[in-house]
Amino acid sequence: MAFVNGLVCRECGREYPAEPLNVCDFCFGPLEVVYDYATISEVISRDRISKGPISIWRYEDLLPSNGDDPVDIMAGYTPLIKARGLGKRLGLNNLYIKNDSVNPSFSFKDRVVSVAATKAVEFGFETLACASTGNLACSVAAHAARAEVNAVVFIPSDLERGKIIGAAIYNPTLVSVKGTYDEVNRLCSEIADNYPWAFVNINMRPYYAEGSKTLGYEVAEQLGWRLPDHVVIPSASGAMFTKIWKGFNEFACLGLLEGVEPMSFGADQNTAHHPAVTTRMHMTQAAGCSPIATAWNSGQTQIQPVRPDSIAKSLAIGNPADGIYALRVINNSNGSAYAVPEEDIVDGIKLLAETEGIFTETAGGVVMSGLKNLADSGAIKPDELTVVYITGNGLKTQEAVEGVVDPLMVKPTMTSFEEELSLRERR
Amino acid sequence: MGKQRVKFTFIGDLVKEPVIYKLGRDFKIVTNIRRADVQEDMGWVVLELEGEDDEIRRGLQWVGTTGVRIDPVSGDVIDG
Repeated sequence: MAFVNGLVCRECGREYPAEPLNVCDFCFGPLEVVYDYATISEVISRDRISKGPISIWRYEDLLPSNGDDPVDIMAGYTPLIKARGLGKRLGLNNLYIKNDSVNPSFSFKDRVVSVAATKAVEFGFETLACASTGNLACSVAAHAARAEVNAVVFIPSDLERGKIIGAAIYNPTLVSVKGTYDEVNRLCSEIADNYPWAFVNINMRPYYAEGSKTLGYEVAEQLGWRLPDHVVIPSASGAMFTKIWKGFNEFACLGLLEGVEPMSFGADQNTAHHPAVTTRMHMTQAAGCSPIATAWNSGQTQIQPVRPDSIAKSLAIGNPADGIYALRVINNSNGSAYAVPEEDIVDGIKLLAETEGIFTETAGGVVMSGLKNLADSGAIKPDELTVVYITGNGLKTQEAVEGVVDPLMVKPTMTSFEEELSLRERR
Repeated sequence: MGKQRVKFTFIGDLVKEPVIYKLGRDFKIVTNIRRADVQEDMGWVVLELEGEDDEIRRGLQWVGTTGVRIDPVSGDVIDG
C-alpha cells in the first residue's frame, strides 16, 4: 500500500490531498508528496526490499503509488558495474557505472513514467501524455501500451530519428510541433491546461519525480547498503539530481544503511539531511544549455533561463523547474556543477564505449566528460568510491557519432585485406 | 474571461522597468502577483493574469517585445 499523507507546497507549505495537482493554488509553488514515514519505518527493512520484485517496485513502500498492480514494464534494478577500464584511464580505482541505458525503453525515464502511469490509472485517467525531447516520449508510449490507455506525445519536429521511431513503434498519437523551443513549450503548456489527460511531467509531476529516488536506493543497495563518496549525474530540470539526494537521505533516516542510526525527518521532509550522508553530488550539463551549472559557478541563487542550443537534446531544458532546489543540494553536499563544452560530448560517448563497452547517448557523453574533468582536477581522489550515472542508450542519438564509421574497404581477397589492414595499422 | 499563470524573468536593466504596471494599464488585464524574487541584476515574478483570452494573448505578446522572458509557472513543460 502507499504510505502517502498528501501533497505539500515546497514554497509556502500549504497542504493538499493526493490528487492530480502540481502547483499550489495560493503561491503557484511546486507540490511534493508527503509520506507517513512513521508507519513506513515500522514495515520497511533491507530484507523486505531484497525479497521484492526485480524492478523499481521493490521500493514500493517509498513510492507514492500502490504497488499491488503497478504499470510495470520492469523498469529499474539496472546493473551497477565496476568500471576497471574507464577507471584505469581516468586514474580512479573505485569507480562504478550505474547503467540505466538498459531500461525497457532504453532510458531512466522508465522509472518516473512507471510511477506516473500507475498513479494516472489509479486516478482514472484514460490518456497518458507528455511533451518530450525524446526519451520521455518513448517511455510514455511504452507504458501506455502496457496499461492499455491512450498515449499522446508531443515532440519538437527536429528530434533525432531514433527517438521518433522509439516512440512511434508503440502506436501513440505522435504530434510533431514546428516552432522554436519556447513556442513548443508554451503550446504544450496550454494544451495541458485544456485537456483531461494525465501529462506525466505536468499534473502528474509530484508523483512522476519520485520515481527518480530509486536511482539512489538501488546504488545504495547494490553497494551493500552504503553510499558512495561521489556521484556524477547529468542534469536537465534538476529533478533527478534532487531526488537521488532525497533517496540517499530517506535510506539513512530510515536506518537502512549499514552502520547508520535512524533519524527523524524533521519538519520539512524534502530538505531532510542525515549527517551520515556525506556523498558529494556533482552535476553535469552541456554548455549549450547549462542554466544550473552557470548559476552555481557564478554564485547566483537564481536560475537565469537560457535558449537551449546543444547536441544533448535530452538535457535541453532552458528554464529548469527544480534548478534552485538542485543548487541547494550541490551546496548541502559540498558538490559541484560543470558545463561540459559541446565539442567534448562526443569524446565522452567514445570514452565510455571504448573502455567499458557501453554505448550511451549524448547525455552520457556529457556526464563522462564531466567525470573526466573531476578526475583530472583532483576533485575526486583515486581511491574514493564514485558512481557515475548513465541514463540513456546510444542507439537513440546515432547521428551524433556518425563519424566513427570508418571501415576497411577491401576486395574479397586475402591480398586486399592484408594491404588495407597494413595501411590502417600504419595510420 | 480567462486566467493564465505565467512566470516573467527580468534580466539586467529590465529589472528596473515597470512592465507589470504597463501591462495592467495598457491592456484590459488584471495582474495578480503571487511570488517573486527580485535582485539587482535579475528577477522573476510569478503571477496570474485575468482577462479576455485575446487580450491576454496581446498583452503577453507585448511583454515579449520588451525582452522579458515568459514561461509557464512550472518551468519547462518539455522534458528529456
